[in-house]
Amino acid sequence: MGFLDINHVTKSYGSVQVLHEVDISVNEGEFLVLVGPSGCGKSTLLNMIAGLEGITSGDIAINGRVVNGMHPARRNIAMVFQSYALYPNMTVGQNITFGLEMHGTPRPERDAALARIAKMLQIDHLLDRKPSQLSGGQRQRVAMGRALVRDPAVFLFDEPLSNLDAKLRVDMRTEIKKLHQRLGRTIVYVTHDQIEAMTLSTRIAVMNKGYVQQFGTPKEIYDTPTNLFVASFMGSPSMNLLPVRVAMLNGSPHAELTDGEGVKMHLRLGQANLAGQEGREVILGIRPEAITDPEGADRKSGNIQHLRTRVGVTEPAGADTFVTTTLSGKDVVARMRADAAVAPGAPFDFAVNMDKAVVFDPRTEERIPA
Amino acid sequence: MSTLTQEAQLARAKGPIPTPAPTQDTAVRTGRVARTFIYLVLLLFALFYLLPFGIMVINSLKPLSEITGGNMLALPQDWTIAPWLSAWSTAQIGVEPTGLRPYFLNSILMVVPAVAISTMLGALNGYVLTKWRFRGDTILFGLMLFACFIPFQIVLIPMARMLGLLGLAGTTAGLILVHVVYGLGFTTLYFRNYYAAFPTELVRAAMIDGAGFFRIFWRIILPVSGPIAVVSVIWQFTNIWNDFLFGASFAAGSSAPMTVALNNLVNSSTGVKEYNVHFAGAILAALPTLIVYVVAGRYFVRGLMAGSVKG
Repeated sequence: MGFLDINHVTKSYGSVQVLHEVDISVNEGEFLVLVGPSGCGKSTLLNMIAGLEGITSGDIAINGRVVNGMHPARRNIAMVFQSYALYPNMTVGQNITFGLEMHGTPRPERDAALARIAKMLQIDHLLDRKPSQLSGGQRQRVAMGRALVRDPAVFLFDEPLSNLDAKLRVDMRTEIKKLHQRLGRTIVYVTHDQIEAMTLSTRIAVMNKGYVQQFGTPKEIYDTPTNLFVASFMGSPSMNLLPVRVAMLNGSPHAELTDGEGVKMHLRLGQANLAGQEGREVILGIRPEAITDPEGADRKSGNIQHLRTRVGVTEPAGADTFVTTTLSGKDVVARMRADAAVAPGAPFDFAVNMDKAVVFDPRTEERIPA
Repeated sequence: MSTLTQEAQLARAKGPIPTPAPTQDTAVRTGRVARTFIYLVLLLFALFYLLPFGIMVINSLKPLSEITGGNMLALPQDWTIAPWLSAWSTAQIGVEPTGLRPYFLNSILMVVPAVAISTMLGALNGYVLTKWRFRGDTILFGLMLFACFIPFQIVLIPMARMLGLLGLAGTTAGLILVHVVYGLGFTTLYFRNYYAAFPTELVRAAMIDGAGFFRIFWRIILPVSGPIAVVSVIWQFTNIWNDFLFGASFAAGSSAPMTVALNNLVNSSTGVKEYNVHFAGAILAALPTLIVYVVAGRYFVRGLMAGSVKG
């Protein structure tokens, strides 16, 4: 049992079930990110933890105490909303201390807490302003200050960065991570941005259509996605997914694929359990960074396979160069060093790190475990 | 000036000459002519609409003999405020020579609580209907809207019966009740549409902060309700102040409102008809609504737009 336990939780609106049997458990001090496309139920789940939405069945426990039906104010949580939800008629200072005031904290304590938080977030010079006089980033800080001042057991963040411009978003992301490391508090964070999910979390729950698709550490989610949805949702550019056939060569299983001209090629699979399944149609998943130029290949990998095929497009992105080619009728993206000697239209020797490859069953869309 | 800028100016002068096609200049010039015309027409219409009020003011400031002499449109030869004093404090209202003063007070005593209560309840209704939604709330709101379309005459007899049962017949309190009940449909409509645009996340944030139903209303919702409150107050004030039918039906005699007293002043069938006093009385009766409009009129339009566009 962890610090925040979500046990068999479901949510229905009438006959429409929006959450199916959600099971998530995290320990104290963890950073849980709920990630998924819009409409996947992540915000609903967050609102249920907050107590803003009822629970249809199952239960949610914070620090061993079941909070079903408990008023949000008594759950010892604080929430940062997507729109910041600052009270427009109050000053920044009043906004931050409103929660303390409602909980009956005496004035001197409130002022001390305000001073502490304002200093921490570097907003001490803004305390007498109204929210309408603040920039987006400043509002964001005030919203965080309002949550921090309460010193709750669990912080809830509902897409807090999605209203900021790209640069500020990256800065605030780092600040949130710093804050988490400093305070060591449990955080539940909702986002649709898989990069935010990867960078911030200690645990990720990838959600789609009301189901938790996979719950695990960022590394587990990234390296061994449990199904095709997780594989394609997490990672940018997303994982290359190629329909291939299992073939046996020299007694070991290979993935048989074709290049742009229809020539058959083979990549040795690391998964021994596919031996004896010759002819089986599977989907081979390879991350772009596992396909490189030969010099850039991971030297620690025990299974680098070479593929000579024609380069489609090259997209230099500064730090990396993305190279597109065609395999088994699909566009494949490879991530190479910026100075890789690769020219569009010319044949090139691609190095594929098959240690990092995963295999999916095309019918169930589940990963075939090694 | 350096040679460089001189050269630049020379180059600019050699550039293509602007064609005399429609430019910003001609557009402004034709606009100015059109605008003058528009202002002229508007001024004429304004004068035309102000004419009746002007006649009233003029005639309230002259002795009766000048009116009966047939000079209604002329300016007074003897300027006098006697008709105003008479209308206010000595004119015969029904059988008592009290002037309009006590009835003016009646109207104030009726309109202030009625406006305050109906506006507050409307705000509360709007808050509940948008932020504390429940099963069937839209149907309930639809039913409340019906109140806006029920003609006054229909409710006269049931209302008289109700007031009788409550022991409020013929009192100012009874009249306040009638106006609150009748105004609720409108005030609820205004506030509901206004609050529909108010972000629900703020209410949720306040809930997590530990504020309850009334605290959220009082501390979060009401402070930002200024524009729509002005709309509601003006609307309710004007309607209630100007109401004659309910006043005449439910509060006759000494608790009658201003409108009923004005009618009694003008329609008295004995003695000489003092038109100058009647004019002064009519202006007195219209003055409060006029003042409310002048003071808060621009908020009225602004608030009405905000409520309707975003709702």
